[in-house]
Amino acid sequence: MNLGFGGAGRLPAAFMTTGSSSFTEFISAHSPELLPSGRALPVGHTIEAPHGTTIVALTYQGGVVMAGDRRATMGNLIANRDMDKVFAADEYSAVGIAGTAGLAIEVVKLFQVELEHYEKIEGTLLSVEGKANRLASMIRANLAMAMQGLSVVPMFAGFDLDAMAGRIFSYDVTGGCYEEHDHHSVGSGSLFARGAMKKLWRPGMDSAAATRVAVEALYDAADDDSATGGPDLGRRIWPTLAVVDASGLRFLDDDALAAVVELIVADRRGNPGGAR
Amino acid sequence: MTMPFYVSPEQLMKDRADFARKGIARGRSVVVLGYDRGIAFVADNPSRALHKVSEIYDRIAFAAVGKYNEFENLRVAGVRYADLRGYSYDRRDVTARGLANAYAQTLGTVFTQESKPYEVEIVVAQVGETADEDQIYRLTYDGSVADEQGFIAMGGTGEHITTGLKERWRPGMNLGDALALAVELLGQDPSGGPSRALTVNQIEVAVLDRARPRRTFRRLAGPLLDALLSSENPTKDVPADDDAAPGRHDTLTGDTAPSGDSAGGGPPEPDPS
Repeated sequence: MNLGFGGAGRLPAAFMTTGSSSFTEFISAHSPELLPSGRALPVGHTIEAPHGTTIVALTYQGGVVMAGDRRATMGNLIANRDMDKVFAADEYSAVGIAGTAGLAIEVVKLFQVELEHYEKIEGTLLSVEGKANRLASMIRANLAMAMQGLSVVPMFAGFDLDAMAGRIFSYDVTGGCYEEHDHHSVGSGSLFARGAMKKLWRPGMDSAAATRVAVEALYDAADDDSATGGPDLGRRIWPTLAVVDASGLRFLDDDALAAVVELIVADRRGNPGGAR
Repeated sequence: MTMPFYVSPEQLMKDRADFARKGIARGRSVVVLGYDRGIAFVADNPSRALHKVSEIYDRIAFAAVGKYNEFENLRVAGVRYADLRGYSYDRRDVTARGLANAYAQTLGTVFTQESKPYEVEIVVAQVGETADEDQIYRLTYDGSVADEQGFIAMGGTGEHITTGLKERWRPGMNLGDALALAVELLGQDPSGGPSRALTVNQIEVAVLDRARPRRTFRRLAGPLLDALLSSENPTKDVPADDDAAPGRHDTLTGDTAPSGDSAGGGPPEPDPS
């Protein structure tokens, strides 16, 4: 790996090239082996690797909430019970991942550096669409691996500082980027989560109501999808939940989440479908 | 046919060094000085867009004097170096020493091999957990590195300012006093003429704040900078919270009022500025 460090000489030409503010462009010129997509896989083989499952996102009055369950599965086994699948991409956006966990986390890590790198070099924040498009190009670069079973399907939620509203973008494995309105979900339990959100989402909700809807949608996903982890009261493992609004992104802490989850679990006692 | 004159290596290096020194001395000065809770950067720079002081990484900042295009090129290279290193290892593994070495090699090679040396002098500073762990490196046009203790002044009237700092800078000064000292020395005329009173619009000020988590670099501006520079005002350090106004939170102006209902509600009022 040629990192250009140490006393071997001046910084290589790629460091001094002018014109690009993209970290991805820089490492594809300087050390492409560091890119998530920068590896060759043997053709005609598929491997089994841990998969992340359900992510939900919904907008509310003044922001957007993104939540994910904590389970990663490998075939019929649970590979990890407390994996975080919702990440802060920067101060004003969150990204959640479904698909091959190892690869997806690497994509998120690169995406985080990409945004911070742009911010430092240009001295300004990327627009929400700009961030969503950068993520799309990273997913596009991963197409060859997606065709061999290692797909990454993220969801992106950001606060638009021009429109002062939360926005949600979904992706497909080919790198297509689509703006979603009100709410969306990706991953194996997404069908059930979407159904739940259709019935629970209301225009003009506040962040507390949106938090409850997100956790309840994940509860419904876990109810019907074996790959989605439900709230684990015994181990006290709660979903990861990020709230993005005008003041930035924050993750809800365990105590606040425990209160929301315990309320939902209590409401569902004797009413497992949450009919209301 | 013209015969090339023989130029001794000593003469060649001296000519290049003189050339670079002249270029650097023409510019305005930058002061970097430690204070009790971090490292402060003060540049005599009226521009809001072309910065002489910038963030490199979580605890590392960059300050430069000389030709803008040359040090901007080095700054971008430094950000790439730091981000690449942080991406391939870990955020904690990015150090000012490593970056200073990379810059030194680059400047040294340019000085001896290119047709013209870089007319720049730069500082790479890293704020530590305690003031004893702060690191401030000065790199000159020929690639030499110096590990300075406490303060550095460079460019324009740098030597004069260094003399003043030697007399008056003390370890453990608070930010307000450190900034006031730097601004006073930047405004002095070394030839004994009347001092300029630099206003907040003529200087660029930034800090590496030891107490902040993760990214510690903040620019200072607006009422906060006024308050810090005024001797009557009790404000002597930066607030622990960033500005509440939506947008990029790299500049502290003193506007830290909470933005309405943090649990949701409507969007906050637009920034009156």
